[in-house]
This record gives sequence, C-alpha cells and structure tokens, in this order.
Amino acid sequence: MSATTTTMTHEVPPKSGLRVFVDRLKGGDEIAHLITLIAAAGIILITSLLVLELWRTSQLSRAKFGWMFFITKVWDANFDNFGAAPFIYGTLVTSAVALAIAVPLGLASAIFLSELAPRRLSDIVSFLIDLLAAVPSVIYGLLGIFIVVPLMRTTIGPALKKVLGFTPLFAGPNYGVGFLTAGIVLAIMVVPFIISVSREVLLNVPREQREAALAMGATRWESTWQVVVPWARTGIMGSVFLALARALGETMAVTMVIGNNPQISASLFAPGYTIASVIANEFTEATGDLYLSALIELGLVLFLMTFILNGLARILIVATERGGGRPA
Amino acid sequence: MSEPRIMWRKAVNNVMLTLTGVAAFGVVCVLFLILGYLLLNGGTSLNLNFFTQLPKPVGETGGGMANAIVGSLKLLLLAALMGLPVGLLAGVYLAEFGGKTFSFVVRYTTDLLNGVPSIVIGIFAYALVVLPVKHFSALAGGVALGIMVIPITVRSTEEFLRGVPNSMREAAMALGASKWKTIVTVVLPAASGGILTGMLLALARVAGETAPLLFTAFGNRYWGQGWGQPIASLPVMIYTYAISPYDDWHRQAWAAGLVLLLLVLLSNLGARFILAKSKAV
Repeated sequence: MSATTTTMTHEVPPKSGLRVFVDRLKGGDEIAHLITLIAAAGIILITSLLVLELWRTSQLSRAKFGWMFFITKVWDANFDNFGAAPFIYGTLVTSAVALAIAVPLGLASAIFLSELAPRRLSDIVSFLIDLLAAVPSVIYGLLGIFIVVPLMRTTIGPALKKVLGFTPLFAGPNYGVGFLTAGIVLAIMVVPFIISVSREVLLNVPREQREAALAMGATRWESTWQVVVPWARTGIMGSVFLALARALGETMAVTMVIGNNPQISASLFAPGYTIASVIANEFTEATGDLYLSALIELGLVLFLMTFILNGLARILIVATERGGGRPA
Repeated sequence: MSEPRIMWRKAVNNVMLTLTGVAAFGVVCVLFLILGYLLLNGGTSLNLNFFTQLPKPVGETGGGMANAIVGSLKLLLLAALMGLPVGLLAGVYLAEFGGKTFSFVVRYTTDLLNGVPSIVIGIFAYALVVLPVKHFSALAGGVALGIMVIPITVRSTEEFLRGVPNSMREAAMALGASKWKTIVTVVLPAASGGILTGMLLALARVAGETAPLLFTAFGNRYWGQGWGQPIASLPVMIYTYAISPYDDWHRQAWAAGLVLLLLVLLSNLGARFILAKSKAV
C-alpha cells in the first residue's frame, strides 16, 4: 500500500503519474487549494477583463480623437465631436474644493479623536463617523438637491459674494447648483475617510514622541502639531489621496447638484459637469457608436486617475506603517 | 522666557485644541442632521401604500415603490450569489494557502478593484452583459453589484481568518484532520462571526449603489418580467424621483431615502452587533 493519507479501502494499482495526482486530489487538500486558487485568480481575471473591455470598447473614440480628446472643449453629439476637457476640469475642480474643506476638517477631527478625547468617547465618535461613511451617495444627493442647493442660493452664496466677490472665483451669477455646491457635498462625503485613516496613523505614533515634546516644555498643541503630526504625515497624505480618489469617482451626489453643463468657468458658482456625471446622464441616451465610445473613453480616463491615486495612497500608508514604527 | 510669550502659546494651545473638538463635533452632527432631515421629510410621506403599491403614472398622486423594494432585494440576492462565494474562497486562499508573490498580486488587484469608481464598474457590466444581448437586465445589475461585493468580502475574510490562532490549526492537524477539513470544521467556524460581518457590510454598501445600476438594471415602473429584463431598484428610484419636477415624486423620494438609509444603517449596526457577540464568546 502506498503511504497516501487517503482512506481508500480498495487495492491501489501500480501508480502512474496520473494516479498519484488523483490520490492526492482525493485527500481533498489539493481540491480545496485549487478551488480557492481559482477564486483568487478570478479576481485578477475580472480586473484585467475590466481594463481590457474599457480599452476595447473605447477604440472608436481613441482612434478618431487621439490625444486631442483631452484638450477639446466641445461636446456635441449632433456633430459627433467629443472632447473631455470640460469634464476633466469639472472633476478636478470639484475634488479640489472638496479637499480644501475636508482636509482641515478631517485632520482636526482626527487630532481630537487621537490626542484629546478619552478612548471611549473616541471609539463612539469613530463609530458614528464610520456610519456616516456608509450613507449611500444617492442620499447625499437627495439632501444636496433639497437642502444644500437652496441654502447655497439664499444664504451661503450671497454671503461669500459679499466678502470674496472681488475674486474671479466667486464672481458671476449664483444659481445654487455648480462647482462649489458639488465640492461641499463631496467634502462631507470624503471627510469620514480622512478621519478614520488619519486617526489610525496618529494613534500609531509612539507615546515617547509626545512625552519628549511635553517634557521639553511644549504645550499640548505644540507637541501635537510639531511632533506628532509630522511623524504621521505620510500616512495622513495617504488618507488624503484615498479621499481624493473617492471624490474623483463619486457620481450620484455630484450629478444631482453640479448643474450638468459642460463648460470651463473660473467662477465656482457656475454650473459644471464631471466625468462621472456625464457618464451617468448620457450613457443610456447615447445614440451612435462613437458617442458611446467617447463616454467609455471618459470612463477609462476616470479609471486611470483613481488607479494612480489609489496606488500612491497605498504606498504612503504602507510606508508609514513600516517606517513610522509602532509603539512597543 | 517672557510672560506675554507664554500667554500667547497657552492661548494658541487652547484655541486650536478647542477647534479640533468643534470639528469632530461638527462632523458627527452631519450624521444626525442627515437622519433628522430624512425622518422629518421621509417620515411624513411614508405610508403603507409605499410598500404595497406600484408607482402611479405621472400626474396621479399616491402609489408606492413595492416593485423597487423587491427589485433591490433581487439585485442584492444576485450580487450575494455571485460575489460572496468568490470573495470568501479568495479570502481563504490568501489566509490559508497563498504563497508570497501570487498572494501579493491578488491582494493588490483586490485593492485596485475596490478603488474602481462604481460608475466604471457599471460600464464594465454593460459591456459584458448588456451589449451582447442588446437590452438592460436584472442580471447585468446583479453582475455589477456582485463585482463590487468581491473585494470587500476578500479583505474582511482574510483579516478574520488571520485572527484565528495557529494553535487551533495545529490541534486539528495533530488529530489527523487534513488541511481542508481543518479549515472547514475549525478555522472557518472560529472566524465565522467576523466573516459574516464583512459580508453583511459588503451587501449594505452595494445596497445603496445607484451609479452602476443606471445602465445595467436600468429601471422599471412595473413588476419585472424576470431576470433577463430591466428591474426597478430603490436607489435608482430615489435618483429619478429626486430630479423630477413633481412635488409628489419628491415626497416619495424622501420616503424611499428614509427606507434605504434605515436599511443601510441597521445592517451596519447589526454587523457590529454580530462581531461584538462573536468576540465575547
């Protein structure tokens, strides 16, 4: 008898290579290994297929417009002329506004949760903030349309105009919908990501760092701002990149409040359009292969943007976890 | 050190630390504002008809979203059937079988897939399922959501499997159990609470997804005609109703928003509860 681990009761014939393989399969381990391996490989397959399909189906548009696609400002379905510039601009501007609001707010909250709040309070607040991250984007859009847009039209917009109206950023008519409104809604949506990742990296800063600074006579704030935050800065940068990647790809909430008008305007009050929202709005109505292909190429651009940002974010976060050193 | 300098530093300290507290408080307030607004606006529009009736044609008031609620559940079922097994098995692979290089690639790809904007996943499902048959279908929506479920499930499964102490594996193997038997009868049950939590959170996340459904499951104002036909879903209904010009539709959008939010928040709370319970045991 062979020394297999199987529980076979019948005679084992002289072994061929195949036979040995089958015996091992009957032990179950190889089958289990194989099945899980297939699932894992499936993920790689799905992801590669995704890239491939985006590339393949955008072929028509890539061939026709080439690199001009990125700088053309016209989006005209009637004349089959498509350029991505207004959408790329809108995506970048709304994300920049979102970060300008979300980074200070998120970092401050993370500092409070990691440095000041007692552990119990910090855990409860973090849990609530995680719930905030779980709120579906269409609900943010709903609140955006009915709460933020009117507020923007009647209160926030006029107030900003009064104070900062002399800059081109806040000039021009204010409709309530536009880059600024979309940026504000986006900021609320990405702030939980900044807080939860930053809080983790701040909590991982060794105690001795704080103690050393305090022993030198630094105030609590000085120790936090000049010692703890710089120590964690790569991780915090990582959280910002993650938030940015999310802001770039966010669809529903932005579509509902940005005004959906493909234009490049310096004023933040102006209605705009983003890559994700033009896809959401026009995909089902796209008549003609070129139209559809151009929309898919926009999807490809969006994919590449988030791909690069997510990659950078992960490297930064891993770098802090390795290099920063955890408390012993 | 001069007196004023110290005073200044102390003042800065107090002001900045207070500001951080205000920021954290403000962010938490947003959650309660969202809940409050939805309860206020949705609560008053919510009634039995909402759960039992089909949408009324434009111009007629009343009606409900029964088809969208059932549609969302059907889409979630499809997503669970397609996404959870792949996610679970891949998670088991990473935690129990994986070598170094290939596991790294799988992990990296999983993170990448997790970061793909949901609208792009929608395009993918469209190209994969809708284009060949030339019409929108529940199946296409299920594929889109299923793909989104996978990466979340993989990472949580792997994490919780790694939390199982090695001594348990060794004990089972020492009793003569083969590796797969060890995994199925010892390791997986030990991590089941965490794994279930991860699955529930994954489903809760895709339950609110709208963007990937717009051009896959599309929408439907009637009961669906089966898996191969367009199907209504709660998030898409909220979107369509919210951007419509009708007041009655707006009211229903709020009601649907409330139902969706409660569904998502309660499953999040439920998931934490399962986790806390399984840890306590």
